[in-house]
Amino acid sequence: MHNFTLTTDSSGYMFEETTGASAGSCSELPLIVSELRQKTSREVHKATMSPTIPPILSVHPTRALVDEPFKVVVENLPPASPVTLHSLIYSEDKDYWEAYGHYTSDHRGIVSAAEDVSVGGTYTGKEPMGLLWSLRPEPGSRTGLRFRKRIVTSPILVHVSVYSGHITQGFREQSPLASVLTERWYMAPGVQRIEVKERGVRGTLFIPPGPGPFPGLLDMWGGGGGLLEYRSALLASHGFASLALEYFSPGELQTADLQLQYFESAFNIVKDHPQVIPDRVGIIGLSLGALLALHIAAESKNIKPHCIVCISGHHLFPFGATIAAAQKDQEKELKTRYDENNYYIWRDVRLPIPSDPAEKTDVRKIQCPMLLVNGDDDQNTPAVEAAEDIAQMMRSQGNLHLLSTLTYPDTGHLIEPPFSPHFRATNFIKPFIKEKVIVLWGGKTKAHSDAQEDSWRKILAFLQHHLYSSTTPKARL
Amino acid sequence: MLTRIVQCQVFVSGLCNKLNPGRSRRLTWRRTQLQGVQTFRMQNSQCCVKLSVQPSRGLVDEKFTVLVQNTLPGFPLTIHALHQSDDGHTWEAFGHYTANNTGTVNVLEDPSLGGTYSGVEQMGLLWSLRAVPGSKPWLRLRKMNIQTPMEFTISVYQGHQTEGFNDQVPLAGVVVERWYMAPGVRRVPITEDGLTATLFLPSGPGPFPGLIDLWGGGGQLVEYRAALLASHGIAALALDYLTPKVTLETGKMVENDYFEKAYRVLQQHPQILGSRIAMLGLSFGTSITFKVAAYSEVIKLRCAVCVSGSHVQPVDGSVKQILAYFNKNSDKTRFNEESQVIWRDLLLPIPTDPAFKVDMGRIKCPLMLVVGEDDQNWPAPDSAVDIKEMMEKAGNSHLLTLLSYPDTGHLIEPPYTPHFRASMFKTVDTQQKMVVLWGGETVAHSRAQEDAWRKILVFLRENLYGGTNPSAASFSHL
Repeated sequence: MHNFTLTTDSSGYMFEETTGASAGSCSELPLIVSELRQKTSREVHKATMSPTIPPILSVHPTRALVDEPFKVVVENLPPASPVTLHSLIYSEDKDYWEAYGHYTSDHRGIVSAAEDVSVGGTYTGKEPMGLLWSLRPEPGSRTGLRFRKRIVTSPILVHVSVYSGHITQGFREQSPLASVLTERWYMAPGVQRIEVKERGVRGTLFIPPGPGPFPGLLDMWGGGGGLLEYRSALLASHGFASLALEYFSPGELQTADLQLQYFESAFNIVKDHPQVIPDRVGIIGLSLGALLALHIAAESKNIKPHCIVCISGHHLFPFGATIAAAQKDQEKELKTRYDENNYYIWRDVRLPIPSDPAEKTDVRKIQCPMLLVNGDDDQNTPAVEAAEDIAQMMRSQGNLHLLSTLTYPDTGHLIEPPFSPHFRATNFIKPFIKEKVIVLWGGKTKAHSDAQEDSWRKILAFLQHHLYSSTTPKARL
Repeated sequence: MLTRIVQCQVFVSGLCNKLNPGRSRRLTWRRTQLQGVQTFRMQNSQCCVKLSVQPSRGLVDEKFTVLVQNTLPGFPLTIHALHQSDDGHTWEAFGHYTANNTGTVNVLEDPSLGGTYSGVEQMGLLWSLRAVPGSKPWLRLRKMNIQTPMEFTISVYQGHQTEGFNDQVPLAGVVVERWYMAPGVRRVPITEDGLTATLFLPSGPGPFPGLIDLWGGGGQLVEYRAALLASHGIAALALDYLTPKVTLETGKMVENDYFEKAYRVLQQHPQILGSRIAMLGLSFGTSITFKVAAYSEVIKLRCAVCVSGSHVQPVDGSVKQILAYFNKNSDKTRFNEESQVIWRDLLLPIPTDPAFKVDMGRIKCPLMLVVGEDDQNWPAPDSAVDIKEMMEKAGNSHLLTLLSYPDTGHLIEPPYTPHFRASMFKTVDTQQKMVVLWGGETVAHSRAQEDAWRKILVFLRENLYGGTNPSAASFSHL
């Protein structure tokens, strides 16, 4: 069994005494490092409240999966002192993302993000994970950025620091009182990563550690295209063999013109893997990927997913059309709206929902359990309206018991794994014309982040229930 | 669909037959008779046992939880830990469990009924580790390369197994990493001034308190404890003082100035607080620590921790002289029935002549002593008693904290380090290899390691970081 082991030297990324950082890690922080080292301890503490006794900052656990919570605690502060907790990531795309909260130490000189209230910053209130989900590009960054990790064999490196006073900017120009590095992983140790290039299919398969066999998943992202591995890596870390599928390159949708057959081959690659239980393979998709999941479940004569999860999707894909044609619909400029920033709002393009079943995916044919996850502030897709229509169609067939729907308030289109930063609008390459625009996804950060946490837990429970244990409580007693 | 289910069942039966022919099939079929419904589905669930260990990556002194789900109620299973050490040996530990009425085993709450540990033991899979049968005898597990984690494969096997794990396919398995170094800790080899040392700096700008970390008579540059201390916010220098490059090249043992140079490296470092430097020694390292704390004009320790050692030595003697003093008494070496070496008597009885023990009345900094009452290698408990008396007479006993652990041996290591009652040892001066008795009974010794480490960290935190509000809130997870 091929083990993908960590090779990053944990001291290698920051300082020149050791060998260079491993290729592909988003860990180099050359600017921060040289700035910090220039300031000697004596200089640093001239301006702070306690000249010799530094506070102690700890983040626990220091290495975790991206969906695991952490505890940030500062001790040894003077009582009642104002401090700023700050997090910083230097992304693969070379942008700085940061978040911060304003706190005051208690009479013991302690600040605990899990227990105390942030009174200002990128998040407020009692928010143990605010330092992650409220991350946004540093002021002055390029616009329309989205944080997505492409290399999943290395962790996201988050620098958590504590600064004196309540500050709102210039974090990188000053020295913090203390700083620690924490790793956030999409891949648990022992997860295998296998590049797939067979039967014409392109993707990456992640197999959980252990002998198996495991239930399987076909994992599909949306209209942005390309190959994003992180959700599959995380699903494998939770015991599901998952294939992250690439079905077109960004902007290349018209040349893709993919037929159902491509997805059936991909599904079969998972099903046929010696470590996968062939009748426990499901599909998970977001946006266009969700639409495809519904289409496959309804129309495929060759494959039968055991269950499907559809995030921010819809069923407005007429039978017989190809994907490219379905996406081209979105180019109906007439129905595209623009907000005050000129960001593209595509949610109305498919409204109103047609009543003729021929203009939709016939979800009445779906025979497996389905979980729909939607945000009611989705500005890209009319997911909530579509979900209502799907329910009606399934009710008419007597199959409503197969359907579960989660709808989250003030939540946008991009419902990602927990603690991922929220993006209300980001850069997007318009298919066909290959024009770069900014698309509005929607959602209010706090509500959207809560939805990401809650929905992920429920998605895992749904998959665990249908793919791991199909016994009903009755049979077990 | 039916064929697939049968395939899965066959797969499981295949496993079960290998382990215990007929038993599991009987179990399956009995359930068929009892319930008559949906047996195929139940068999499916048996082949999807779910094992999770959290955290999957942790520091070596952090606890983990092990959870097995999706088995049948009352299902007997073995949870097994396997480790391949860097030097090529294989280590294992295992516990026997029975699933509860929801088909779950939680190591945090459920008792092991047998194996290498028993009872409710959250971390038994680590501290009860031992070399697999057939290994070279008298091995000791120590991680010398701390830039990579220790990897453990934790697996679940059907039934209560005691051997032959290699020949079976487990029901589930996960990989767990255990690190001595937290992310961001910097490892800096130090070779200037003739030193053989490694400095570990905590992550962040600092400044940090410092510590000199000394091991014992086996010599070598042992880094793991210093790396772990740096992961807890202390800039720690692992110092090789018995087998450094200068000694290997010249044959001469180091003198006092070697330790002074090490101290200066810390004192002058821009990220280290020169007035907050401690020393931690184990075994022979304790001898150095007492010497420095009582007599050094140059080295000013903020506090000291002495584990499994003694204050008996020629006063203000050099390293060479101290070793010679021990060798002079080597006729007091004893052997047990297994011909293992017992060295605890070499320094007994505790001398009354003040020329042969450190004047503990001269100690001016807080001192923590950690001793195992079953230490067969050094007379640590006896020395501790004498030290306490000396300090009470001198009026500085308020500086002393004594931790004395029953049934605990000499090698008091960071938590969850496996216990070695005896192992192969090579002394630096004689270069002889022999099996040395360290002492200790595994369960008590493992508990002592956990308790001592937590107390050592709190002691260091209070004395090195302490100002207005020393607190140990961040150690609550240990």
